[in-house]
Amino acid sequence: MTIRVQTEDFDMAAEYKILSTASAGDIPNASVGAVVTFTGLVRDLYQDKTIHAMTLEHYPGMTEKELTRIYDEAMSRWPIKKATIIHRVGRLLAGDQIVFVGCASPHREAAFEACHFIMDFLKTDAPFWKAEETDAGITWVDARDTDKTALKKWQE
Amino acid sequence: MKIMYFAWMREHTDCTEEHLAKPDAVNTVADLVAHLQQKSAGHAKALSNMEVVRVAVNLTYCDLDTPVTDQDEVAFFPPVTGG
Repeated sequence: MTIRVQTEDFDMAAEYKILSTASAGDIPNASVGAVVTFTGLVRDLYQDKTIHAMTLEHYPGMTEKELTRIYDEAMSRWPIKKATIIHRVGRLLAGDQIVFVGCASPHREAAFEACHFIMDFLKTDAPFWKAEETDAGITWVDARDTDKTALKKWQE
Repeated sequence: MKIMYFAWMREHTDCTEEHLAKPDAVNTVADLVAHLQQKSAGHAKALSNMEVVRVAVNLTYCDLDTPVTDQDEVAFFPPVTGG
């Protein structure tokens, strides 16, 4: 399990390599046949506003606990050999990487779905908050109802 | 007990955390909210809409009925916006 909350940037290629070379682990006789990764970036334009930067705040301790809970839930639903969750905090500029989720599995369906599941729950449950810097000043980003709606697909 | 505030709530309360001896009348999160709302105009503003505010006791999401003790860490924060 790799869960990191950090100010520094991450290297997609290095993270992919770790996932693609995951050892047999809990799923014997099946090597990694699929790696799905998601990277979230700081948008420079949103709803006609130019965003220069954003600052991410979090709740140390609870953040790691929630990410671990989401990770464990994903592991219990899909045959994942290895997964990585990285979330950056502090001040980030437009275009910077914010979040990385990667899942390695013997087959693609599990890797796609686990990656999607982790991101959907990270958006609604992990205690991070964004403040945007625009020409009008610094404002806290409002939560979106669509993020909550996105969870419904996992409740069947 | 330790009380914590995040994001825009912290700006209203003017503090990230504060310590408080649990008053006898405070037994649940709802009681604690009612107590904290009296502390300052900023606290009252931060805690004015509890339908929006999320609460965690000892790092776990909970609701207004959750019991609290003098040893607890209680955090109040807006809906999360990471990712």
